[in-house]
Amino acid sequence: MATRLYREAIREALIEELDRNPRMFLMGEDIGRYQGTFRVTEGLFQKYGPKRVWDTPISEPGFIAIAIGAAIEGLKPVVEVMTWSFALLAFDQIVNHAAKILYKSGGACAVPIVVRGPAGPGRQLAAQHSHSLEAWLAHAPGLKVVLPSTPADAKGLLKTAIRDHNPVMFIEHPRLYLTKGEVPEGEYTIPFGVAEIKRRGRDVTIVTYSRGVVLALHAAEQLAEQGIEVEVVDLRTLVPCDWETVFESVRRTHRAIALHDDWRFVGFGAEIAAQIQEHAFDYLDAPVLRVAGADVPMPYNKHLEALAVPNEQHVIEAVKQVLA
Amino acid sequence: MHTIIMPKMGDAMEEGTLVRWLKQEGDTVAEGEPIAEIATDKATVEIEAPVSGVLRGISVAEGAVVPVNTPLAYILQAGESLPSQTDGKAGAPTSTATPVLAPAEMPTPVAAPSATTPAPTPAERGERILASPLARKIASEHGIDLAQIQGTGPKGRIVERDVLAFIEARKAAAPAPAPAVAPVAAPAPAPIAAGERVESLNRLRQITAQRTTEAYQTIPHFYLTIEIDMENALALRQQLNQINESLRVSVNDLIVKACAVALEQHPVVNARYQDGQLVHPDGIHIGIAVAVEQGLLVAVLKHCEGKSLRRIAQESQTLIQKARDGKLLPDEMTGNTFTVSNLGMFGIEQFTAIINPPASAILAVGATRRVPIVNDDGSIVPRQRMKVTMSCDHRVIDGAVGAQFLQTLKQVLESPMLMV
Repeated sequence: MATRLYREAIREALIEELDRNPRMFLMGEDIGRYQGTFRVTEGLFQKYGPKRVWDTPISEPGFIAIAIGAAIEGLKPVVEVMTWSFALLAFDQIVNHAAKILYKSGGACAVPIVVRGPAGPGRQLAAQHSHSLEAWLAHAPGLKVVLPSTPADAKGLLKTAIRDHNPVMFIEHPRLYLTKGEVPEGEYTIPFGVAEIKRRGRDVTIVTYSRGVVLALHAAEQLAEQGIEVEVVDLRTLVPCDWETVFESVRRTHRAIALHDDWRFVGFGAEIAAQIQEHAFDYLDAPVLRVAGADVPMPYNKHLEALAVPNEQHVIEAVKQVLA
Repeated sequence: MHTIIMPKMGDAMEEGTLVRWLKQEGDTVAEGEPIAEIATDKATVEIEAPVSGVLRGISVAEGAVVPVNTPLAYILQAGESLPSQTDGKAGAPTSTATPVLAPAEMPTPVAAPSATTPAPTPAERGERILASPLARKIASEHGIDLAQIQGTGPKGRIVERDVLAFIEARKAAAPAPAPAVAPVAAPAPAPIAAGERVESLNRLRQITAQRTTEAYQTIPHFYLTIEIDMENALALRQQLNQINESLRVSVNDLIVKACAVALEQHPVVNARYQDGQLVHPDGIHIGIAVAVEQGLLVAVLKHCEGKSLRRIAQESQTLIQKARDGKLLPDEMTGNTFTVSNLGMFGIEQFTAIINPPASAILAVGATRRVPIVNDDGSIVPRQRMKVTMSCDHRVIDGAVGAQFLQTLKQVLESPMLMV
């Protein structure tokens, strides 16, 4: 095991896959000479040159469309969006083209692209740049949606994403880039659709992903001191989603909380709650609660932003509420 | 807002008659003023207004008989309005709604409703019972009416812990179920007399006591005995043991192997009864009763189907040694689908054994003895003969099925080539 930052683990995955697959290339704004806004692609332009690491103009619909075309023609583009909020400009390309071409071509034409970049609040990026878009993306059939919470997961899942034959939306979290974790030595991948129980507990199941996992684990530690044992299920991929692990956990704990940074209203937590009540109704001893972002445009003000984003205290309160 | 309910005027009271209203809808009433007359089967009493206010939402007509705790009407104070439904479903479960009515007269035979009268449950108020899905499931599995349970969750919701507590309480309160057949005389434990010595039993003996009692009382046993000629089997054993001195095959190994062969041909004997169904196990797992210093153990030889005699001998030696050393793993003591108990080495000619669940049959093996046998031609010859008695669970094995099994067993032991 080696200790890596989340962004270093992503970079390692990119390097290993660039070395493995000569048809793969990276593209995005400021990823080359500038080495990436969040330094994920640091040193890659210098190492692989302009043919494999393309700096693009500020034109998301344009370069994502180019990536789709390149993928159809047999290349493996891995596109960085500076933040997923900018990808909103390219949603027609993502939803109407990347997600649909395989279907509309009767299975003849796959679009194996990866779009990756940060999404989520917590860096004072204000109302337009703090979106969590996983619910939007997961909503459209045809896209795989991945949200790693640890460096090890980020590396193993990104390698799987790059080898997938479908469009994969790989959502990193700006607040996780500088978190550290153990990363296995050598070659490994993590399959999609396999959730990981990051902490075992008998009392409450918290179903979450991305930064929510970190929050849930911190809250679980505090609650353990009060004798409350929280189980933390990290979904890791929302499409495909490992519901069976969720149901199995709920069948043991009888209580569940969905947790994410994204807005609460019509967020992925609503899907989690719906799935649990459909499939584990008889095992529930309390309503499934959601801990999620406030339904407001993200404030720029640091203190207001903190109020709009879930924190450990929110998680602890929800746990106590379902245990009441 | 205060709810006026049909008060419980005594432990036995379940319903009451509203004789007449002393105040009408919309009347202003003062605290302590009689507002209605009710009758129990023992007396007629007045109920008083618990607070001052306006009488509204009269929902029970004069002459009606209603269960205890049914809302009759409400007393509203300034600014208050009736709950949206006044059809008797709106009694609020808060403490202010607990009956604080005192009868105007106190007839002697009726106990006054005390302050400790339990708050009516939602069911008693005719409301939907709030219960978690899990609580509902557990309750229905135990045949419990949720109306009997007081919820402690948010909004009085019945949650898992409430149902579990109820089940515990019921268990504690319920008298032991009457035995189906009343014992002639209840066996009261005999007093310890002077000179008697009391020895506490070790865990193994306690478990044996409990299990054998349970098995003998709950499994309908019947017994089949057959005599088997052991000349050929003993000759085979002697040959095997001469050829290979490192692994000795015992008579018991021969019997176990023969049982495995017979069980393959009569799978019903290997099955077990469970909840009105027959369960066919994943293999033939033969338990061997082993006497150890602390008591009795059953070492289970797993998957005997297709196992060679030598393999059975080898594994059973290991298991029996582990049993004697107290080193059997839990998995090596459970899951037997058939049991063999052998007391032949003690010269016991024949005996019956108690079935050892989950197996449905146990074979009690007696001593192999040299006895005179009358041949068909009238000649008398000495032969090695062994009697075995199988105890059968009649829910699984009928007499004929058990008999056919024993015939096969006899055939295999008398022609041991069939073990190959």
